[in-house]
Amino acid sequence: MKAAVIVFPGSNCDRDLAIALEMVGFEVSKIWHKNSHLEKNIDLVAIPGGFSFGDYLRVGAIAASSPICKSIISHGERGGYILGVCNGFQILTETGLLPGALLRNNGLKYICKTIDLKVETSDSIFTNRYNRSNVIKLPIAHHDGNYNANMKDIDRMKDQGLIAFRYCENPNGSIDDIAGILSPNKRVLGMMPHPERAAEQAHGNVDGVRFFKGLADIVSFA
Amino acid sequence: MKARIKIMLKSGVLDPQGAAIKQALNNIGFENVTGVRQGKVIELEVDGPNKSEVRSEIESMCNKMLANTVIENFEIEVF
Repeated sequence: MKAAVIVFPGSNCDRDLAIALEMVGFEVSKIWHKNSHLEKNIDLVAIPGGFSFGDYLRVGAIAASSPICKSIISHGERGGYILGVCNGFQILTETGLLPGALLRNNGLKYICKTIDLKVETSDSIFTNRYNRSNVIKLPIAHHDGNYNANMKDIDRMKDQGLIAFRYCENPNGSIDDIAGILSPNKRVLGMMPHPERAAEQAHGNVDGVRFFKGLADIVSFA
Repeated sequence: MKARIKIMLKSGVLDPQGAAIKQALNNIGFENVTGVRQGKVIELEVDGPNKSEVRSEIESMCNKMLANTVIENFEIEVF
């Protein structure tokens, strides 16, 4: 099982994400954004949190035009697994791999705290170790987590069970309390909360462990 | 050639920064301000044969990167 953690200037959760993936058995390589190719046989591309390019222009916008993103998009189009956490989620919407956009929090404040999150589907590699309606605690740390999409996309995602996580108490103004969404084939997940910050005893919270254990079920898609 | 792009959030999209600015203006005595929307302006210097080609190239820049058409509209001026 091989994972690539993509590193942009300003990424700051890349190490945490790599460690969490290694703990469940992934062989992890960190890939600098200027590379135009992923290594062969990568099973999972993981885009970490942080402030890529200082959040200039729009969050995730400049990262989405980095050379590596073309390869990430084709990995997604081939049915590869992709995880985007926080800034990673913002980058995934900017590349078009996931619909919608993340706007400034409606309270305008940067929010850094642990929140209650409802698991909305267990039907994905990312959420299969949870049960639907489980309430878990994960940290959030963002200024721009206010998820926005047109109602057509929201309705389609609801109908197809593509909403992965909802906030129990909406912290940022996201439409329909959305905290994480899946692509139609359920192989691309973007989420604002940080499972990698709740992945070992020393974090004081291990609700993210099941998330990574689920990912370890990935079967190579060749 | 010089060009200016004005990028604004679409009208249906909540603009919390605009709302905060409106509140602050009301608070310092400008109580007649009933709405504020905040956007951004980008100025470019572009080489090109004529205005219309430059404009269409900038349109492509906006669609590809400078604006996010899910949430934003843009207007282009070429001088």
